[in-house]
Amino acid sequence: MFGFILRRLGLLIPTFIGVSLVAFFFIRLLPGDPVLLLAGERGISPERYAELMHRFGFDLPLWKQFIYYFGDLMHGDFGTSISTKKPIFTEFFTLFPATLELSICAVIFAVVLGVPAGVIAAVKRNSWFDHTAMATALVGYSMPIFWWALLLIIVFSGTLGWTPVSGRISLMFFFPKVTGFMLIDSLLSGKAGAFQSAASHLILPTIVLGTIPLAVIARQTRSAMLEVLGEDYIRTARAKGLSPFRVVAVHALRNALIPVITTIGLQIGVLMAGAILTETIFSWPGVGKWMVDSIFRRDYPAVQGGLVLIALIVMGVNLVVDMLYGLVNPKIRHQR
Amino acid sequence: MKTMSRLLAATMLVAGLAGAAHAKTFVYCSEGSPEGFDPAPYASGTTFDASSKPVYSRLTEFERGTTNVVPGLAESWDISEDGTVYTFHLRKGVKFHTTEYFTPTRDFDADDVIFSFQRQNDKNDPWYSYAGGTWEYWTGMDMPNLVKSIEKVDDYTIKLTLTAANAPMLANLAMDFASILSKEYADKLAADGKQSDLNQLPVGTGPFQFVAYEKDAVIRYQAFADYWGGKQKIDDLVFAITPDASVRVQKLKAGECQLVPYPNPADVEALQSDDSIQLASQAGLNIGYLAYNVLQKPFDDVRVRKALNMAINKNAIIDAVFQGTGQVAKNPIPPTMWSYNDQVQDDPYDPEAAKKLLAEAGVNDLAMKVWAMPVSRPYNPNARRMAELIQADFANVGVKVEIVSYEWAEYLKRSQDKERDGAVLMGWTGDNGDPDNFLAVLAGCAGVGGSNRANWCNDEFNDLVVKASKVSDVAERTKLYEEAQVVFKREAPWATIAHSTTYVPMSKAVIDFKVDPLGSHRFDGVDLAE
Repeated sequence: MFGFILRRLGLLIPTFIGVSLVAFFFIRLLPGDPVLLLAGERGISPERYAELMHRFGFDLPLWKQFIYYFGDLMHGDFGTSISTKKPIFTEFFTLFPATLELSICAVIFAVVLGVPAGVIAAVKRNSWFDHTAMATALVGYSMPIFWWALLLIIVFSGTLGWTPVSGRISLMFFFPKVTGFMLIDSLLSGKAGAFQSAASHLILPTIVLGTIPLAVIARQTRSAMLEVLGEDYIRTARAKGLSPFRVVAVHALRNALIPVITTIGLQIGVLMAGAILTETIFSWPGVGKWMVDSIFRRDYPAVQGGLVLIALIVMGVNLVVDMLYGLVNPKIRHQR
Repeated sequence: MKTMSRLLAATMLVAGLAGAAHAKTFVYCSEGSPEGFDPAPYASGTTFDASSKPVYSRLTEFERGTTNVVPGLAESWDISEDGTVYTFHLRKGVKFHTTEYFTPTRDFDADDVIFSFQRQNDKNDPWYSYAGGTWEYWTGMDMPNLVKSIEKVDDYTIKLTLTAANAPMLANLAMDFASILSKEYADKLAADGKQSDLNQLPVGTGPFQFVAYEKDAVIRYQAFADYWGGKQKIDDLVFAITPDASVRVQKLKAGECQLVPYPNPADVEALQSDDSIQLASQAGLNIGYLAYNVLQKPFDDVRVRKALNMAINKNAIIDAVFQGTGQVAKNPIPPTMWSYNDQVQDDPYDPEAAKKLLAEAGVNDLAMKVWAMPVSRPYNPNARRMAELIQADFANVGVKVEIVSYEWAEYLKRSQDKERDGAVLMGWTGDNGDPDNFLAVLAGCAGVGGSNRANWCNDEFNDLVVKASKVSDVAERTKLYEEAQVVFKREAPWATIAHSTTYVPMSKAVIDFKVDPLGSHRFDGVDLAE
């Protein structure tokens, strides 16, 4: 097991270097630069332009800039934002809990609805439920997020007045951040109604962000279940006289869940992409929106630092998942 | 669902009770996050709305809803005969904000003024590079070349010496970058090694004092009880940052905020007919135009430029691109600006005459490029669409147009190139309400290869504009600028296309909000009906 962990950790080093390289060059490949954007319609004199480029260190040869940047990274310095002049690390982790909270809620929403829907659709194959659920899933998967969010806001917040339009909590509540997770902080604040307000603000963004993963999970669960239900051991279980519920829930679902869990893991990328739009529409102060703003401003340090941090987090999560796999499945642990 | 609606009803009840017990709170759904709270290193209106407008005051101020310059922290001033020495007499007894992070021990005085300007002007000042040294407006307004010295005469007198007479200076000092910060606070931060807090935790003399900022979500201010202009009628001012324009309007309708900026032009009609909303509007202090490159053939020939101007159907552009929320431009400055010359006759829309004029200039089968900006701006919400309409109009007179576009920063850079191939769609929003800020910046000889994107340097026009910037008598300046506009129309370096209208939707409870012609959002003097 120890060797396995070491091997996995060893793999992280080239990945990290690769990510730092991509993050550094990706933003510089885009046309335009931060100094020109700063000047806007007014334009800027060549002297002043050179002065500012020098001040930011963008006049150095690219390889030199990369070495400085990578050296700083190695010392845990993720740089300073050109626009806010604040350290990237602080900026990122101020916003990250909001994204994480929303993503967790979206995954829970997708799994809690998606897995049972997929199971029922598989068990009652070709029933009206199966057809409706799968057609709905297809629609959900194809839904443009922006349109879907606005529609929900107009109906549930505008017309019916059931949910707030946007934000994380009612502006009436003002308490210090402890964890950055609004649901937890609102409980800690001890203010009456704060938790309910935070929860009600989460409803629409959770639905919007969870829609695509929900559709994917439901379809994946259905097809995995269909495959498993045709296996010999299911026939055996049925022949033994087990109750249909036991056959489906214990014997079939357990085995069908393996590809489903992989799918859920893969949805993390989808969630990050969805978070950009969802956060913009629901005025959700998360990293998705922040990254997009930084790209538009050509805030090089913010974009490269943000990308590296996101990559580090994903790598960390993957490492944990790998280790769990290793624990559960000796076959993976002993692979060379 | 029943439980859910009960839960929500309970939430709203609690929120409502909390609201009743609370003081008057004004919620503004702002469009973006401020970059910082020190306005001077920045150039965006979003940052100014959140920093300089609520928190700070300046020596001179713009009167609310106008571009008139009125006394601010300077109670009065004298200008020397030759217009180069300004002596400002400062207001006494002005308090700085007392906040959780700073308690001032003295009132505002001349040291604060010197500090606020010197840090932008003097490269050796210890505060020059604290925020990256990007004093964009100080350099943009040419202050390093205009200002010779800033001196303290006594605690309440400042002497500003210029290198040459410059009439717009008083208006410049009312701009956001000229906000006055507390030197005492800066000294304390420097002593504590916390310089960057100057940009995060502001202390000013303005109508509202800063309380808290939750990044990308909420900014809170409270009325400053000792504000030199008197305490505000609203007690708390809250910015709820809401980037999407449609969502902002939904929030306004749901009562989650009292006022929203920048509605989509397409939503304006629906807002006009909504009984729960009042819609204020004002002609924006801006101009959207098509600048020919007059250094390039055949655009060096005024007949060609005139002919093309006559080929453009501007009314169709107002309908299609501005959806009615704009007006046709005939001058390079907007009609709400003083010295606007209404006597100027616009080039008529006349494709036949345009064809004739082109033939007269010996131009046949002209093929040209029209540059379309990739971003939406108040002066041009959809440049691509505008370019397409111009393409069709030019095709009518036998001119073939290829539309080109670049990423915005690239566009800004390439459009400044003197060798640029083609006419460029561009625009401008005024900074200080002075005609010089349009005419000299956009069409003066000094701007060639920079902000003067037509690369048009006409001695007659330039002399008038330069002369006007040196005299302080407004009547005389007006005459000079009126003449300059006549020259501009005659020489036609641009097709002047449109001035947009600014709309500000707000709740019916909002009292006395004035739409700012300079495009900012100010909440001093605003009240909420109970």
